[in-house]
Amino acid sequence: MSARDDIFANIRRSLGVNGTEKIRHQIVADRLERSPKGVIPQRGQVSGEERIALFKTMVETSLATVTEVASPAEVPQSIALFLRNHNLPATLRMGDDPRLQAMPWSDTALDIAHGPSEGRDLNAVSHAFGGIAESGTLAMVSGHENPSTLNFLPDNHIIVVSAKDIAGDYEAVWNRVRFAYGKGSMPRTVNFITGPSRSGDIEQTLLLGAHGPRRLHVVVVRD
Amino acid sequence: MTVHSTSPQFKQNAARALSDDQLQKALGNVKQGFIDKRQAAADKLPEFEALRDAARDIKNHTLEHLDLYLEAYEEKVKASGGHVHFARNADEARDIILTICREAGARTVTKGKSMISEEIGINHHLEANGIRPVETDLGEYIIQLRNELPSHIIAPAVHLNATQVEEDFRRVHTHLDAKRDLSEPVQLLTEARAVLRERFLAADVGITGANFLVAETGTSIIVTNEGNGDLTQILPKTHIVLASLEKLVPTLEDVSQLLRVLARSATGQEMSVYTTFSTGPRRGTDADGPENYHVVLIDNGRSSMLGTSFEEMLRCIRCGACMNHCPVYHAVGGHAYGWVYPGPMGAVLTPSLIGVDKAGHLPNASTFCGRCESVCPVRIPLPKLMRHWREREFERHLTPATVRSGLQFWGFFARRPILYRFVTRIAMGALSLAGRQRGRFSWLPMAKGWTKYRDFPAPQGETFQQRWKRERKGAAA
Repeated sequence: MSARDDIFANIRRSLGVNGTEKIRHQIVADRLERSPKGVIPQRGQVSGEERIALFKTMVETSLATVTEVASPAEVPQSIALFLRNHNLPATLRMGDDPRLQAMPWSDTALDIAHGPSEGRDLNAVSHAFGGIAESGTLAMVSGHENPSTLNFLPDNHIIVVSAKDIAGDYEAVWNRVRFAYGKGSMPRTVNFITGPSRSGDIEQTLLLGAHGPRRLHVVVVRD
Repeated sequence: MTVHSTSPQFKQNAARALSDDQLQKALGNVKQGFIDKRQAAADKLPEFEALRDAARDIKNHTLEHLDLYLEAYEEKVKASGGHVHFARNADEARDIILTICREAGARTVTKGKSMISEEIGINHHLEANGIRPVETDLGEYIIQLRNELPSHIIAPAVHLNATQVEEDFRRVHTHLDAKRDLSEPVQLLTEARAVLRERFLAADVGITGANFLVAETGTSIIVTNEGNGDLTQILPKTHIVLASLEKLVPTLEDVSQLLRVLARSATGQEMSVYTTFSTGPRRGTDADGPENYHVVLIDNGRSSMLGTSFEEMLRCIRCGACMNHCPVYHAVGGHAYGWVYPGPMGAVLTPSLIGVDKAGHLPNASTFCGRCESVCPVRIPLPKLMRHWREREFERHLTPATVRSGLQFWGFFARRPILYRFVTRIAMGALSLAGRQRGRFSWLPMAKGWTKYRDFPAPQGETFQQRWKRERKGAAA
């Protein structure tokens, strides 16, 4: 008997089932199909300005920084200012996200590079799929538009998120993922990011910048 | 064969731990930090208790239908271009992993933190076969340098102080300036970051664990604060996920419920920094990510726990809250438990996985104070399960003869209430009389084990039952 068959046989023996029970199949198929929501905390169940305010507060709670701009056209200047304020070099790596591509980067003196990171970039910018107000989390999806390496290799990671994409809870993001990729399908990687990299492994003291970005900066775009 | 266990020597391990000053200093960090942070996080979320109920129910539901959810999960992984391997035990898991590594031509393997990888002893196996495994979680990296096992399931180096880490870094990182300053923890972190960055970029295979597997989408999930798990799985050509069977949950909604209790219970964070959902290998238009994606599903004793009273242990999501709140863990640390899983969850799980004959001391190393159960995010009745192990140990005549005869002696009286009351009344009266001068005893016959470390308080002269009767009468009057 193969290991697989043996394991299934043992599970079924222990559960006292044979795997052909109609009712069990129905229960499982139903849950996978309906994906029922559980307990959704009230905290995130706010809308409009209140939701954006909560998101920003929670982003700061996670030890990231956050700023807000009135339109996509203002993003490059805002990022240039952030880098200058932290005495960081005027370089920036990004993927080919059309929302980022459409921004007026030539208005700044930033030296822009494109494509995934090979580990030698100080600064990178990505566009988020969405934000989650409940915990100040950014939801990133993989792809050439926003390569996943940009989320982890650079020292300073800047994430742009549209105000309209900020949801109250994780479940709302999963609904959008299903709409975009199809029910039961996922992009290769979804990264939920809540703050900059950290470790408490030495004497339980919180230190930022373990293996991922030392700084996380979020730009909320009104449009 | 799984990793070697020193659980049978728990008593000696514990005695050594209690007189280890470095360890006792380091354990002070557990007592202070984790408990307050968890409480603060729980207090900030009014729905926390309801979420714990939901988390428990999701896990129970999944376990009851585990065969069917596993089939659904396997199908989805394959549909997304990944491979699923089944391993009955540690030996099979190690063979599968080694084969994948060899096919990838691997010389170096980076690893994210994974308890199941400790359970199957994969590092040793890879090394023995000429492949270099590199732990990348800071705590795991430190203990790998020291050739130790993790002493905590989420804070593997919690038993160490910064000065010890400094000594290890100076011993191993000999390519760096010997006069460099490493007096601050942040300097240690920065050095590890630089050393490990090179390893990440050079690795041929990345091995991670999985906090959860999602049947709906064929997704594996890792939760980290450092980002090491992501660099482990995103940079090499091949990603291997190691997961025990019970990591499965039905849907993305279900996992979102569990994520809400995981970080809060573990570190008191709202969310861990990186929660990563991985589904299959790199897609056609992706710019990065692994080209091969393998999942090794490991049974190693789990399927036999289903349908028994220990099935409840399979709900465990490895947050570490039980050990963070355990007075026994606080006193002796994780290594005394002698195997992979310490603390209350280890005291229940270890006998299931390596046998109660070897790990019988662990469920006995509990005061049954109940703090572990009171903080468990999936409400595992840990004290009850430890009691089950004690019963089994007794039934199988594994309990030492002195304990057995002591219990038989007590059992003789307990079954004869009139005699019991009579004898205890005389004994308490006598002890009270004998101890009335000092109010305590520094020596008692047959109780050397107790009086060696502390005095035995002298009884007041009345038995509990007498007092109960008296106060009940008083209350009724």
